[in-house]
Amino acid sequence: MQRNLNEVAVNQSSPALAFPLMSWFCLFLVVPLGIVMFYSFLTKGMYGGIEFRFTVENYIRATDWIYLKIFWSSLKLALITAFSCLLIGYPMAYVMATATSWLRPVFLMLVIVPFWTNFVVRAFAIKILLGDNGPVNFFLFHFGLIQEPIIFTNTYFAVWLGMVTNYLPFMVLPLYVALEKFDFTLLEAARDLGASSWMILRKILIPLTKQGVIAGFIFVFTPALGEFVIPDLLGGAKTMLIGNLITEQFLKTRDWPFGSALSFVLIFTVIGCLMIYLKSQQTNGKKKVI
Amino acid sequence: MLELKLLSKKFGSNFAVQNINLLIKDGEFFSLLGPSGCGKTTLLRMLGGFEKPTCGEIWQEGVRIDQLPPNERHFNIVFQRYALFPHLNVWENVAFGLRMKKVPKAETQSRVKETLDLVKMEEYADRSIETLSGGQQQRVALARALVNRPKVLLLDEPLSALDLKLRQQMQVELLALQRRLKHTFIFVTHDQEEALTLSDRVAVMNQGVVEQVGTPQEIYEYPKTLFVSKFIGSINSFSGEVKECTQDVLTVNGFFKRPIQVKPTRDGLRPLHQFHHGAQVHILVRPEKLKLLKSQPGPEQNSLEGSIKEVLYQGAITHFFVQPKDTNFPPVVASQPNSALTAKKGFSTGDRIYLAWSPEDCLAIEKETNNATQS
Repeated sequence: MQRNLNEVAVNQSSPALAFPLMSWFCLFLVVPLGIVMFYSFLTKGMYGGIEFRFTVENYIRATDWIYLKIFWSSLKLALITAFSCLLIGYPMAYVMATATSWLRPVFLMLVIVPFWTNFVVRAFAIKILLGDNGPVNFFLFHFGLIQEPIIFTNTYFAVWLGMVTNYLPFMVLPLYVALEKFDFTLLEAARDLGASSWMILRKILIPLTKQGVIAGFIFVFTPALGEFVIPDLLGGAKTMLIGNLITEQFLKTRDWPFGSALSFVLIFTVIGCLMIYLKSQQTNGKKKVI
Repeated sequence: MLELKLLSKKFGSNFAVQNINLLIKDGEFFSLLGPSGCGKTTLLRMLGGFEKPTCGEIWQEGVRIDQLPPNERHFNIVFQRYALFPHLNVWENVAFGLRMKKVPKAETQSRVKETLDLVKMEEYADRSIETLSGGQQQRVALARALVNRPKVLLLDEPLSALDLKLRQQMQVELLALQRRLKHTFIFVTHDQEEALTLSDRVAVMNQGVVEQVGTPQEIYEYPKTLFVSKFIGSINSFSGEVKECTQDVLTVNGFFKRPIQVKPTRDGLRPLHQFHHGAQVHILVRPEKLKLLKSQPGPEQNSLEGSIKEVLYQGAITHFFVQPKDTNFPPVVASQPNSALTAKKGFSTGDRIYLAWSPEDCLAIEKETNNATQS
């Protein structure tokens, strides 16, 4: 009865409470997206402006082989980043969730601390760290592991490192939340029933923390797909990514309609990827798990 | 046969379990009974392989197993909160152990079915765990362990989450199951009644040590320590001093007019301890062994005079709280079955009465001067 009353109360007041959120949502998401969508069907002006002439040319152009290749390299980087974050973040979150109670907030703090510096600054820090005369090379040289400095600057490894360090917290936090709620006696039960560590991970731990894995993956994958600052800083702007391409259209080429069209292709790529991912998760769930 | 030799477990600087020596026979229903924090769960977890003993050994049929991981022991455990896998249905939960051991599909099918039949859960095979009631989850947990045909089944207070009626029903089922399967069951509980009902033998634990091991009858009728006597059922204790001790009768001077006599039982269940003259002892007598009389009994019976302070009617029995005369002793409890006869006698609050019991119905325990268990 008590619960019912509460539910009624919440239901009655909910439209008013949703108002700030909804107006925010409309003003800063739906309206701008509408404008971008509108632009994407217009024609580029002679001097960088916009001509109000309807066309689908921009979308046709976006599926050009050159641009698809750019999409593919962005997608690849986002996937590599997300999977790397998952592989590194899961054990991290596990250690955090199983630590003694006073250590947990300490670990949590350590994960959050990097957010206090701007990510551009952090990217530069990595650049310095991996520089030809940077601490890493110095250390390796000093202990006689290398004779000449390893060139990290402008390599894919540097980009990967920058992406992973930047996005790791977005993976660790949802995983931590999922693991903290996890009943660890289930692991003992599984071990008692003869499961190996690998089986426990595959059959018990991962399926039961799936929500955290999905959330973390989305949190990392989505922004990573549009990322271009970190690859520019650490990779030397060698590979064009979708993020660079869009920025270029708006700021350099001043082809706003094409930039808008590319933005929408990106948005639909993200939605498409998520749909495929969630769909595969669902069918997995319906199948017999073992 | 399972043998525990001087098994100890230390957490930090505290012994959770200390110098446990136990011999558990095959097919035995063995209970570890004690208050919370007595170390019984730690002991069970060491048997299951979830805790490494600090020192001591566990042997099973001539093989030392205390260093083996859980999956290499032929043990299975039923956890206190069942620990069923919430993402698997009943069938998959039960099949889990067999699948991990790569038992062929057909055999898995038949064994799971058979075990679900055994615990009367065959209709629920496709149900998900959260749709089950506590009792049903209990059965699934039991089936999940039993399907592996463990040599020893470890049960960690498996019935404590159930309500009374269901618990009693599950006790009967558990016992029937054990008698049928003839597996060794090691059952941890803090419920003395449960332990007495189910067990072939009980080990009563307190503060990390085993106080007494024996059949339920031995433990109830012949507790060896004051702790055991008080933990199992209720008991009245009077302190006194040994006046005379012969082969078949012990005479103790107490606070009552007449000295108390203690005799061994004829069936040998309770032999008579030999005490030296002047030893300080506790005389222990169970409430149901006390009889209420209107007049003083003959000298062959122990008796004390007092007045009824409180009468507690409990359906099958009535508890009488009797204040012994001329002492500041705490009230003595006498429990009488209710029948037409006792109703006719009509004892009520304030009545002056005699409590009587035969010398074979009480026992003497030496007072331990520096024992922390004497609370």
